[in-house]
Amino acid sequence: MKKTRRITQDRAVYFINYVLLTLLLVVVLYPIIYIVSCSFSSGDALMSAKVRFLPVEPTLESYETVFEYNSIWTGYMNSIIYTVSGTVLSIALTLLAAYPLSRDDFRGKKFFTILFVFTMMFNGGLIPTYLLVKNLNLTDTMWAVILPTAVSAYNMIVARTFFKQSIPKEMLEAAEIDGCTDFRFFWKIVLPLSAPIVAVLCLWVAVGLWNSYFNPMIYINSESKYPLQLVLRKILLMSQVDFTTASVDPEKLAKNQYLSEMLKYGTIVISSLPLMIIYPFVQKYFVKGVMIGSVKG
Amino acid sequence: MIQKIDHKQKKKKKEPKYEKGSLAKYLKGHWQLYLMILPPVIVLLIFAYGPMYGILLAFKDYQVTLGIGGSPWTSNFGLNHFIRFFNNYNFVEVLRNTLVISLYSMLVMMPCSILLALSLNYAKNAIFKKTVQMITYCPYFISTIVFVGIINLMMDTRTGIIGKFFYDQFGINILGSSGLFPSLYVWSGVWQGVGFGAIIYIAALAGVDMQQHEAAIIDGATLLQRIRYVDLPAILPTAVIMMILNMGNILNIGYEKILAMQNQNNLTMSEVIPTYAYKVSLVSTFPDYSYSTAIGLFQSLVGLVLILITNKIADKATGNGFI
Repeated sequence: MKKTRRITQDRAVYFINYVLLTLLLVVVLYPIIYIVSCSFSSGDALMSAKVRFLPVEPTLESYETVFEYNSIWTGYMNSIIYTVSGTVLSIALTLLAAYPLSRDDFRGKKFFTILFVFTMMFNGGLIPTYLLVKNLNLTDTMWAVILPTAVSAYNMIVARTFFKQSIPKEMLEAAEIDGCTDFRFFWKIVLPLSAPIVAVLCLWVAVGLWNSYFNPMIYINSESKYPLQLVLRKILLMSQVDFTTASVDPEKLAKNQYLSEMLKYGTIVISSLPLMIIYPFVQKYFVKGVMIGSVKG
Repeated sequence: MIQKIDHKQKKKKKEPKYEKGSLAKYLKGHWQLYLMILPPVIVLLIFAYGPMYGILLAFKDYQVTLGIGGSPWTSNFGLNHFIRFFNNYNFVEVLRNTLVISLYSMLVMMPCSILLALSLNYAKNAIFKKTVQMITYCPYFISTIVFVGIINLMMDTRTGIIGKFFYDQFGINILGSSGLFPSLYVWSGVWQGVGFGAIIYIAALAGVDMQQHEAAIIDGATLLQRIRYVDLPAILPTAVIMMILNMGNILNIGYEKILAMQNQNNLTMSEVIPTYAYKVSLVSTFPDYSYSTAIGLFQSLVGLVLILITNKIADKATGNGFI
């Protein structure tokens, strides 16, 4: 009697659980579908808020406008350059610091670890960092965006913990007996064994760089060097759409007064696409990366 | 034989930290390790420790021509900028906004993440579970600018699907109301981050011993009782660590998103310490670098103290401190 009651209650909980998760799925998916549908709808439909779920008066006009809007593509190029070079730089520096610190026999380990970890708890703040970058004459260059954030203590600890857990000590001992140097061991043994963590860190750093706007905003002045996010900021948040430099057909412009509104939806989709395509491939490593980071935070 | 004994003794002594031998000999064998760590340390010293010298500005009156070192010390024993900040009519408002948004965010985000993790843990259908996970991660990869752009478009009173509904039905202008700003910020943050926030608790739940569940089932525990007495204690340490980390960042909230969400109408609720420090310096017509540095220093110090205190309390109460 008691048992059956328990089982009915459990069944009910399982059922409610599925309902809740489905509800969550709808809540998360709806805005995404809505935005995508809007990007395929006509300007009139957008301005009269007709779009509910599927595109209304389907058209590719907003994407045509995006493709003709030059500064988006300059921004895209710049963002790719900043993201790729920034990620390579940051990951290289992070791994180079993480490996020695993962070695129990590394003398000075404690000192260096504290040197890194302290930066997680205390930092110079906005203005001192800004003045430093300015005094080093890095303003308005790519380096101002990628260098100050290149060494992340948090990522370093994640990588270090991974090395510690997954590189067997016996391997190092065997390699040392064979006369393998530390460089060679790191390059030939440690790195190939660390693909999962390198993948996760790359994704984190790349996402951070691709999506960041604050640092570029304070350091980059010339519009030709703007990363995508700053171009988007002008279009989406400041509604400063300038068709004079874009190669948009003037006839189309005159005909469609809502072109700038359509441009917004098109840019949202186009600019978010790269990460949306990449993350499912790295997703299986997320749990591992996040877990390591939290345990030894 | 001798080696074996030696090995055993070593293990008993919990392995001495360093192999024996002089430092010179060690360096000769392992100089490459130091060469490896050199580049990151140089970058760290320049870009993380370099700005710490600039903190001096907080106690000076910065003059561009004189530089950081040459600028004169400010009045009130160098504390003038702090006094100005505490006496400023903005201070209370800015501090209140920062705390309200931070705490609100923390109190909502953590239970939501834990709830999602538990839900996923008990979703038996593997494909459904995977799908939910993958889709809830998705918003995390949308950039701040695009995300705020989406909020603005959807909440618009004339053309946005949600904003129009609320405006037509209840006369509420979501974007234009400062009182709604904290909720808009926090709940949009849940939409964007709950999937990612749950990962850590999913990992913690995966570590729960199945035998405990089996024993509980035999004892006649219902699912809810098992969650209460088996799962929740298992994720408590993780939750405590997350709370400590959040505490340290309580004044250092996600200012990028707040800055992007600010507009003339919500400023009374949306101006927080980091955005205020940014505005009095880099966007002001009369940039006051020293004042901004002092505000930043205040924020950093409060963060440092909070993280140490929370850690201490957590350590005492649960043995789960981490520093």
